Amino acid sequence: MAALPILVILFYLFTPSEQVWSHLAATVLPGYITNSLVLMISVGAGTLVLGTGTAWLVTMTSFAGRRFFEWALIMPLAIPAYVIAFTYTGLLEYSGPVQMVLRDFFGWHSSADYWFPRIRSLPGAAIMMVLVFYPYVYMLARAAFLEQSVSVLDAARTLGRSARGTFFHIALPLARPAIVGGLALALMETLNDFGTVEFFAVDTFVTGIYRTWLNLGEPETAAQLGAILMLFVLALVLLERWSRKSKVSHTIGTYKNLPRYRLSRFKATAAGVFCMTPVFFGFLVPVAAMVVWTVQSREYLDTTFARMAATSISLSGITALAAVSVAVILAYGQRLAPAKGNFLAVRVATMGYALPGAVIALGIIIPFTFVDNLVDSLARQYFNHATGLILTGTWAALIFACVVRFLAVSFNTVESSMARVTPAMDGVSRTLGMSAARTLMRVHGPIMRPSLLTAAVLVFVDVMKELPATFMMRPFGLHTLAIRSYELASDGLIRESSGSSLAIVCAGIIPVIILSLMISGSRPGNKTRKPEPL
Amino acid sequence: MKPSIFLTLFALMIVPALASTATSHAAEVNIYSARQEHLIKPLLDTFTQQTGIRYRLLTGKGPALLERLKNEGRNSPADVLITVDVGNLVAAKQAGVLQPVSSQILDHNIPSHYRDDDGFWYGLSARSRVIFYAKDRVDPARVDTWEKLAEPALGYRVCVRSSSNIYNQSLMAAMIAHHGEEKALDWAFGLVKNFGRKPQDNDTGQIRAVAAGECDVAIANTYYYARLMASADPADQQVVEKVALLWPNQAGRGTHMNLSGAGIARSAKHVDAALALIEFLSGETAQAFYSAQNNEYPVNPAVPSSGIVSEMGDFKADTLNLSDIEKHSSQAIRLMDRAGWR
Repeated sequence: MAALPILVILFYLFTPSEQVWSHLAATVLPGYITNSLVLMISVGAGTLVLGTGTAWLVTMTSFAGRRFFEWALIMPLAIPAYVIAFTYTGLLEYSGPVQMVLRDFFGWHSSADYWFPRIRSLPGAAIMMVLVFYPYVYMLARAAFLEQSVSVLDAARTLGRSARGTFFHIALPLARPAIVGGLALALMETLNDFGTVEFFAVDTFVTGIYRTWLNLGEPETAAQLGAILMLFVLALVLLERWSRKSKVSHTIGTYKNLPRYRLSRFKATAAGVFCMTPVFFGFLVPVAAMVVWTVQSREYLDTTFARMAATSISLSGITALAAVSVAVILAYGQRLAPAKGNFLAVRVATMGYALPGAVIALGIIIPFTFVDNLVDSLARQYFNHATGLILTGTWAALIFACVVRFLAVSFNTVESSMARVTPAMDGVSRTLGMSAARTLMRVHGPIMRPSLLTAAVLVFVDVMKELPATFMMRPFGLHTLAIRSYELASDGLIRESSGSSLAIVCAGIIPVIILSLMISGSRPGNKTRKPEPL
Repeated sequence: MKPSIFLTLFALMIVPALASTATSHAAEVNIYSARQEHLIKPLLDTFTQQTGIRYRLLTGKGPALLERLKNEGRNSPADVLITVDVGNLVAAKQAGVLQPVSSQILDHNIPSHYRDDDGFWYGLSARSRVIFYAKDRVDPARVDTWEKLAEPALGYRVCVRSSSNIYNQSLMAAMIAHHGEEKALDWAFGLVKNFGRKPQDNDTGQIRAVAAGECDVAIANTYYYARLMASADPADQQVVEKVALLWPNQAGRGTHMNLSGAGIARSAKHVDAALALIEFLSGETAQAFYSAQNNEYPVNPAVPSSGIVSEMGDFKADTLNLSDIEKHSSQAIRLMDRAGWR
């Protein structure tokens, strides 16, 4: 069922529409592809360096402020990419405060007098995305470093490896599956981003899908573009799986407090600066700007705003619960019947994360309205009664869309957590006469509880930020903070939009804090309980 | 987290969800609106006060709303489709999701060239797309027609937003309607060569770019400029000081016009309420609001444009039938793709 919208889109691969294709291929398609690839490579490189580097520093070395950075480094995750894009545009554009101060200081009169980098550009978009997506890599890399057995690292050092050598030759390869997992998440976010690239005038595959669908009026071709994007993502996912397979079993269960490298004063300062950079630019600066602008435009914080906040929280909460439940069912099903077919089905069902929200919306609206209209005509025919639209434009449909979109987030967390429950435990439970369902409730449930919470929290934050699917599938009168923020910002009212943006960020921060506490507590051998982070 | 807390949270979350689905009123109208909520809500609230008819509003981009209407078919909950451009109204009529209505009030309030011949849609406000230039460095006589902006020897940098924007598509469609496909494509190629920067941002951004010196000439709708004129922000006032408005093609066919408007959905369950809404929107209160709050031109000849809009002066408008222009709209996008207008 969760795979339905995805299959609908894939189905369109087989409906021909050559004339539109030749037009696209001759004009805009090469640009879409190049831009998407360049964006992915830049964001990939940026998040890798920033995410892995900071994770290693805060986990394995000691410098002033390390404890602060442990959780502060996750904070940018609370900011949606489009919000940070709005904010930096507000700050750095010609009429923004930065250029204004520069002009006053140097006595320049117009943009012809000086050069200033254009924020609305492909590099600008890449920087924005690195700033908010690197925490994916950071979180997973940090969790992986925490899980590494001291014995392995000790052995490396006893055998004469330097700190750097240990990092590059031991820790990094061991953590590779986790890092690649984080990278895959960051890249999927990059691929399906719409708000940022549209605002920055960068034509990517996703903006191309929108344009083909809504401006050219060719939904079939748009769905085909979506299908191609999906195949590409599937390749990414398989790559990530494949890299996980080569994981070496190394944990021999010797845990004690991690020995940290002592850093010289210079290096410690450098480490502090390195960790401060993403926190500063990815969180402190945009949040400060938003706070100031919110105060300046406080008349926008009215009762409507409160209602939107309630709607956002409600929608995110319900979706989070639903997504976790579905994830548990999928993961457990895969565990009970680990056939190749099941594996593929699960992969397909969790691909929604890499898809632009609008494509998912398209994949849901088409079959839902079809079923609705079919049921309606049958009812009219046989019972002389119109049922109307049962599914389309309801909360249920919207929640379904959000679940499809974010299932991968909850599933990955649940799956890796479930992998921790050894098959022997299942065996024992089943031998003792428990049914599969009861085993899930009584054995897996308690063990996995922290991970389930993590999964729910991650989905919650993602739905708070979600824009395109909500925008297109919502029922009458449903407004979320994200929609408000986007409507105002795209109308040029960046300052006025910051109230809603700030609320999204605030909602995102609380779960992020919980998350970071849980990762710290996740080290095996730690006194506190040990959840598996994403 | 304890299960009891979890349950309480869940209950709290689900309340608004249930509350929002449990609505059914005798007199109501369901609106799909491409006009953004904060720009239309005051008018709708007045409508409810005056008539007692409640409304439910769903906003979105015009093409997305149209796509939703098409998919929902005869079961769509929508009664009224409101768009901010005539292109989507024409497309909606062609897609068969609107129904014709006739109303003496509408015929009286709206001149015939601002409504569909068959009564499928009615224009509610007129919007003029014009040229802006930097007062200190541009000779207005060299940029006073759309055609001149594409001349190879122009020597001025032109700023305009993306071709994904419907106003540009309509402008391009108008060029096709007046000059034919081939010449319109040449025009687009020439214009793209004169671009000062990659098309980006909204219309206000284009005007600001001229003030900032990034471009010398900009293409934008008048009400964006009017909004800057009305702004108390000194930065906006500076922009207005540096940039002047020019009505294009005044010696010829007149400037390109667009319309915001509305039509009644074919699936409408509340046709009477829907008609009452459109009539209200064409009436004096609403028309004055369009002019005073949104700085657009009233379509109702009985309502004078007010405040800032009247300050911008009179102009000659292109009278070519808007339906005739819009039949070129899908061709327009393709030509803009070919010309490299992103």
